[in-house]
Amino acid sequence: MTTEQVFASTIERDQRVEPRDWMPDGYRRTMIRQIAQHAHSEIIGMQPEGEWITRAPSLRRKAILLAKVQDEAGHGLYLYSAAETLGADRGDLTRRLIEGRQKYSSIFNYPTRTFADVGVIGWLVDGAAICNQVPLCRSSYGPYARAMIRICKEESFHQRQGYELLMTMMRGTPEQRAMVQDATDRWWWPSLMMFGPPDADSPNTAQSMAWKVKRHTNDELRQRFVDMTVPQAEALGVTLPDPELAWNAERGHYDFGTPDWAELKRVISGDGPLNAQRIAHRRRADEEGAWVREAAAAHAAKRATGRAAT
Amino acid sequence: MTEQIRHEWPLFEVFVRAKRGLNHVHVGSLRAADHRMALHHARDLYTRRNEGVSIWVVRSDDVASSGPGDKEAFFEPSADKAYRHPTYYAIPDSVPHI
Amino acid sequence: MSFDDAYQALTDHDDDARWAYGTGFTDPLAGVPTDVPDGADPGDLTAYCLMLGDDALVLSHRLQQWVTRAPELEDELAVANIALDLLGQARLLLSRAGAVEGAGRDEDALAYHRDAGDFRNVLLAERADADFAHLVARLLVFATWRLALLDRLSASGDPVLAAVAAKGVKEVTYHREYAAGWVVRLGDGTELSHRRMSDAMAAVAPLTGELFRAHPVEARLAGAGIAVDPGALRPEFDAVLAQVCAAGTLTVPAADPADPAGPAGRHGVHGDGLAAVLGELQAVARSLPGSTW
Ligand SMILES: [Fe+2]
Ligand SMILES: [Fe+2]
Repeated sequence: MTTEQVFASTIERDQRVEPRDWMPDGYRRTMIRQIAQHAHSEIIGMQPEGEWITRAPSLRRKAILLAKVQDEAGHGLYLYSAAETLGADRGDLTRRLIEGRQKYSSIFNYPTRTFADVGVIGWLVDGAAICNQVPLCRSSYGPYARAMIRICKEESFHQRQGYELLMTMMRGTPEQRAMVQDATDRWWWPSLMMFGPPDADSPNTAQSMAWKVKRHTNDELRQRFVDMTVPQAEALGVTLPDPELAWNAERGHYDFGTPDWAELKRVISGDGPLNAQRIAHRRRADEEGAWVREAAAAHAAKRATGRAAT
Repeated sequence: MTEQIRHEWPLFEVFVRAKRGLNHVHVGSLRAADHRMALHHARDLYTRRNEGVSIWVVRSDDVASSGPGDKEAFFEPSADKAYRHPTYYAIPDSVPHI
Repeated sequence: MSFDDAYQALTDHDDDARWAYGTGFTDPLAGVPTDVPDGADPGDLTAYCLMLGDDALVLSHRLQQWVTRAPELEDELAVANIALDLLGQARLLLSRAGAVEGAGRDEDALAYHRDAGDFRNVLLAERADADFAHLVARLLVFATWRLALLDRLSASGDPVLAAVAAKGVKEVTYHREYAAGWVVRLGDGTELSHRRMSDAMAAVAPLTGELFRAHPVEARLAGAGIAVDPGALRPEFDAVLAQVCAAGTLTVPAADPADPAGPAGRHGVHGDGLAAVLGELQAVARSLPGSTW
């Protein structure tokens, strides 16, 4: 068999492609881009919630939120680590992120206005991420699939803590209930946009499906998310801000309205409410840490040459 | 240019023993300036939920690996040695504990 | 893995030894008797728990401020871990303070609804970090001191304090190692990092005197075998600092034992640092009275 045939049959038989296997350049590039964007999303995704750690209104919520945001840093690392098995370099990927040459999930360009946003992000944003990510545990690229298994397990804690916070707030004061509804109103549509543009406008989907690096189309996943979320909203006692939302017995699914795709395009192309701020924050951390990283490398080099390494 | 954009810290592979009696298993990689830092980072990154009782870190540069091209020479010669596997031997069900 | 139920699918991998999920999460206070021990004045014991609890709570806050700002992603994880450990210690100690006090205040009432003058933390915990060198300098000093303290406190006549201390020893051992590793790397690394590390050590030096001066509450409880006399910790502290500084080619900063002069954090006398911490910590909780979280 030629190397191309070996690759094709690996995909065909639903086996995993591993780092040192031959793979088409396009597959390698697509995987690096997909994994890097995913890693960037985890890291930038720390910011909207990270802002609330120091202000969390109870010590229990503070510990939960800190652990959650820390997990997201871990997710970023698992994913950069998977990207590095393809020959990418984390420092280079970070540079692409802060120079605006690589994207991250548009959802993190929206502001977090109250502590209820922490709950709604866990419920809807992590919930949507789970929908997107569970099928990726079967991605054809082995290191990515394995990272996703671990990430998905951790994400289920994220979603549950968010939902539990919202349940608690809904049992609280009228003001707290209003905060939950307000946050739901603001995050619902951006959450639906997390699944990407409609299939008709998603040029890469067909190739990604053929390579089994993507397992379901954007619209399939979006529908799945709506179907799972509506009963959760009912149990919580909040209204999802979509007048067209209704059960369709014939389809066996919920019908729902059309997200504002123009808004998604704007946010993806860099014109969202906080794109500039998110990138500037990441850039500052990277630049302000440069002297620290350099010093550690210099110290390690001195030890390696000056004394026997220990 | 390519040299300039290299990350400052080398890559380490991380192996975690989940509990006594199990092998160390590869779980991923990380960046660190030295071995000690790599062990610390591995502990923080890969054992946040009590996943391990012991960690190894190895410089990725130091891992020698069989290439996919070696696959046939390395692994197929053992494929015909079915007699190494216990199920190769037919033993009547009436014989206990074997 | 079935896609029909995305959440069910999460459990498909539970037999996967690669990602063994730990289950050994234990309550450090399980089975520990909670009565106030003989010979301990409840008012003193409450105050002492607040001292050690506030140290952890306030320093944890300063570490939380580093989240999304650490020099490398791996350190993001490490700093968050340390902040989580200290937050956990604070919660146990504030809860103990509330229980001994007996006035119905829980950990949150104590964290969110006390004013600065009622906080008992040492001034070292509350200062802001100018840069990463300040973070690790302060953490080295704090963790070295606290490890020596908790190590002795694990033999306390109060079983709750002893249990909290025993748990804390394991955590703070790692904090000290993390900080020491960085102090050495920065001290020995580059010219720039050496200068910044030296400056940072000099900046925290004036705040170390307080760590070893016994407040009357500490003195009384130490006499009763409940608390640790902080004065006794100095030799161990000095030895560790000297060793770390030597490895990092740093000179041990000279600390005047009278610094900070006069009554300080343990007496509720604080600086702008604590005001800033509390302004952030308490803002949401106080703006929504009667809420449940
Ligand atoms: Fe995540
Ligand atoms: Fe998450």
